[in-house]
Amino acid sequence: MNEALGLWGIPLAMLGGMIRASTPYLFVSLGETLTERSGRVNLGLEGTLLLGAVSAYGVAFHSGSPWLGVLAAFGCGLGFGAVHAILCARPRVNHIAVGIALMLFGTGLAFYLGKPLVQPQAPNLPALGLGDWSDLPAVREALRVNPLFLVGVALAPALAWALRTTRLGLILRLTGESEDAALALGYSVQRVRLFATMLGGGLSGIGGAFLSLYYPGIWSEGLSSGQGLIAVSLVIFARWNPNHCLYASLIYGAAGSLGSALQSAGVAVSHHLLAATPAALTLLIMFITCSPDRPAQGAPRELSLGT
Amino acid sequence: MNVRAALAAPLPALSLLAVELGAVVASLIGFAIFLAFEGASPGRVFVDMVDGAFGSWFSVQNSLSRAAPLMLTALCTAVPARLGMIIIGNEAALLMGGLGAATCSMVLPPTAAPWLALTLMLSAGALAGACWIAISGLLRQQRGVHETISSLLLFYIGLSLFLHCVEGPLRDPASLNKPGTPPLPEAHMLSGIGGSDVHYGIVFGLIACAICYVLLEHTSFGFSVRVTGGNLKAARLMGLPVTQLCLLVCALGGAAAGVAGAIEVAAIHGSANRALYAGLGFSGVLVAFVARQHPLAIIPVAVLLGGIQASGGVLQRRHGLPDAAVEVFKGILFISVLAAETYVLPAMTWAERKRQALATPTPPPAAEELLLPAAPEPGDIVEGVP
Repeated sequence: MNEALGLWGIPLAMLGGMIRASTPYLFVSLGETLTERSGRVNLGLEGTLLLGAVSAYGVAFHSGSPWLGVLAAFGCGLGFGAVHAILCARPRVNHIAVGIALMLFGTGLAFYLGKPLVQPQAPNLPALGLGDWSDLPAVREALRVNPLFLVGVALAPALAWALRTTRLGLILRLTGESEDAALALGYSVQRVRLFATMLGGGLSGIGGAFLSLYYPGIWSEGLSSGQGLIAVSLVIFARWNPNHCLYASLIYGAAGSLGSALQSAGVAVSHHLLAATPAALTLLIMFITCSPDRPAQGAPRELSLGT
Repeated sequence: MNVRAALAAPLPALSLLAVELGAVVASLIGFAIFLAFEGASPGRVFVDMVDGAFGSWFSVQNSLSRAAPLMLTALCTAVPARLGMIIIGNEAALLMGGLGAATCSMVLPPTAAPWLALTLMLSAGALAGACWIAISGLLRQQRGVHETISSLLLFYIGLSLFLHCVEGPLRDPASLNKPGTPPLPEAHMLSGIGGSDVHYGIVFGLIACAICYVLLEHTSFGFSVRVTGGNLKAARLMGLPVTQLCLLVCALGGAAAGVAGAIEVAAIHGSANRALYAGLGFSGVLVAFVARQHPLAIIPVAVLLGGIQASGGVLQRRHGLPDAAVEVFKGILFISVLAAETYVLPAMTWAERKRQALATPTPPPAAEELLLPAAPEPGDIVEGVP
């Protein structure tokens, strides 16, 4: 199919792959940005992602409506976020450890619930053919865009605006910058973080729904290759700014789709090694941008991760 | 963030036991509710689980064989934790260890003396695991990269590297439907103890836990590690070589997990292949947290978790539950353990706690500065140091 395009097929396939592969990163990183701006780290989003994926798939299969599945994934994410927030609100509890526990629990629960869902095919989310004007099938294929991607693209500036200008955004940032100031102004730090963590979990759940209902569009235990966790470190790269999350997600999506793009162009590379590209890229970026001497620029003060 | 509460063990032994028992009871209740939702009878499931884990000589052997790698991988989290680091990339260290051992076996002539071959293979595994986890320590010390995240990212990289090697360059052309490295010669295999199915891995696990205990609790090295874990600035003021200590504990933990991988290859799988990636590293994280990062407490917890893993087959056969049911139980157990301290301790009487507080010195203040070195907390021990 790429013969007419020759090597131009690679950037085109990467564009399409970028749009597809970046969506889960986008949703999880936006969610985690909200959570971290409130001063808390949720490392359990990998588990939330998988749980969202399996709940979306299950609901879509049984109800026949993929959008109900997305809603279910959102609800599951809210619930899992609430579990994290409630556990972390207790004294003497370690956020990072709770995140790890929820990551393992969410993964286990998703695998358990997903056992009967490996075989059946649930209805997938529809795609918008933005490239239908073209005669080239490769162009049309690359520009088949899922509505969730567009939602995510719109959500990033909306969240940035909300954090910057709205009252709720201000309260959220306040709890992230100084617990004492938030307390002095009469806000319940734990309640703000509860909502921020729940919303973050909900968005991650939608990211999982995208995985199981659109790309790759099936449920399997190898569905997520660490997108949830990589997105958490992506937030550090994006300096806790929702707009930057969008750009960073696109870069990661492009990196993640490099392999399939090369393969479609007939370049043989080890797919195992290519699967590690996003993780390796994250580590490289963290290596370059982190510094032991100063806290990361733009990091919420109450946050103890991105330093 | 109260990191110290979860990492070190500042509570007296009796409260600790109460916390742990409370957590186990809570997780059993949680799992029972889950089972009831699934339409299984919790009581019968629990009876069968105990039966499947420790009910017969066969199941005891099975549980012990599964406990051996868990002891070693748990050390990969527990040892760095005493320095205040949360390392969770144990799985990658295990895979690297298995890869190292298999590669070493390929290089050695099949006629090499068994003790020499096994020593070299286990050493290669330990070295590979140590290097892999030491990267996290190095990244943290040199660049301030958070070790939890870097170790997890390194897990994904390590997994890809492992699969690439065993199904690519190191693949045995004869292994068709189960790609992997060439099968180990008989002389390179680790045998069972006294003709039983329990392999010598359990001995290595016990010895490693004991060594780590002595090293951490009864040597000046261990004291330095604990000082650094308790208060980083105090350690720096005392002139402790923090970077070296950090690298050493990471390497030590990684070596333990690497040995686990080497043993799995030499005693169970007979070659490095995809089957080695079975979640033993992540279960090790759970064991370390349940054991509250104490090397000796790891031993019983690993046996318990090995039993839980072994009972998964019974759940499948007798109750039709998928094997992931065990994963759910482990997740509930993990969450209960983390939450237990905060719920169980207030439930203990005030007088009891006061008596224990008098009997034991108060724990040092929280070690937030480990994760946030730039921001000193008021009330730190360092404030009193001139």
